[in-house]
Amino acid sequence: MSSNKIILILGMMLVTYIPRLVPFLFISDRELPKRLKGFLKSVPYVALGALIIPGVFSATPIMPIAAIIGIAFAFIYSWLRGGIMVPVFGSIIITVLMLWTR
Amino acid sequence: MQNGVKNNGDFILGVKASIPLVIGYLPIALAFGILSKTTGISIIDSFLFSALVFAGASQFMALNLILIGAGFGEIILTTLLVNFRHFLMSASLAVKIEGNMKRWIPFIAFGVTDESFSVLSFREGKLTKEFTLGLQLSAYLSWVLGTVIGYLAGGILPEIIIDGMGIALYAMFTAILVPELKKSSKVLFLALLSGGVNTLLNYLNLLPKGWNMIVSIILVSFLGSYIYEEKEVKLCEQQ
Repeated sequence: MSSNKIILILGMMLVTYIPRLVPFLFISDRELPKRLKGFLKSVPYVALGALIIPGVFSATPIMPIAAIIGIAFAFIYSWLRGGIMVPVFGSIIITVLMLWTR
Repeated sequence: MQNGVKNNGDFILGVKASIPLVIGYLPIALAFGILSKTTGISIIDSFLFSALVFAGASQFMALNLILIGAGFGEIILTTLLVNFRHFLMSASLAVKIEGNMKRWIPFIAFGVTDESFSVLSFREGKLTKEFTLGLQLSAYLSWVLGTVIGYLAGGILPEIIIDGMGIALYAMFTAILVPELKKSSKVLFLALLSGGVNTLLNYLNLLPKGWNMIVSIILVSFLGSYIYEEKEVKLCEQQ
């Protein structure tokens, strides 16, 4: 039974890898239509929005407010000071402390 | 020689930039290792899942589907749907990377995740292959090692720490996004709108798993393409 899992894993690998690879083969080094370029340049901002919301509201299912306070810290700190490390570690500490007090 | 030193420096910068990813991946990878053990799959298979697929959400989904006895075809199709958002992310990255990276594209493409994409997209200045590979390799190793450690050692971290670390990737996404929000109200608008659309689609629950985010990205980026049109001219002039 275990041996045929490799077929499943290889299948999952293919359908994950191909969509990750194909755009690089077709888009690199080519002059793109303006509209498409604008679309692709919007993707990072838009993706971040969709990656954060609504997922963050259920990041700590046992106590959603812990994640919300944690992310509020990350937001405020990076607004005022920038950086990645302090927002990330600070929000972890705050979230853990909040969960602790539950 | 000098060039080599500079490139090594970029690799190390990439590894440094991966720290939030490593912190974020570790608890999830540990959880995957633990869960795959309880699902009854072998440690080799658990390792291969993380080493070959390298896509968190779909790996957990696969365990779930194995548990309820779903067929391989169904699991693979669901994986395709869940991970297809990376198609959009790769397309966006392809515009940003340089031509001389060509040889490394098979590896760079393999390393495209939500998290590496976010860091790479907002990296100031030129995106070198050393930085890209340093970031991706380190993130990848933490994912694979975390899986194996989770399988072997089980709950080595207290549950409360694991739960709290669940905020790490959201905090990283936020810290990447906020400086951009400050620069432009259009970014704020686009990010909030896509979060809103994604929330609405999740609430309506009409689409297959994974497609809420894809549809949100496509719809709002399409809107964004109109907003970016005027800025485009200036960007071209700078280059």
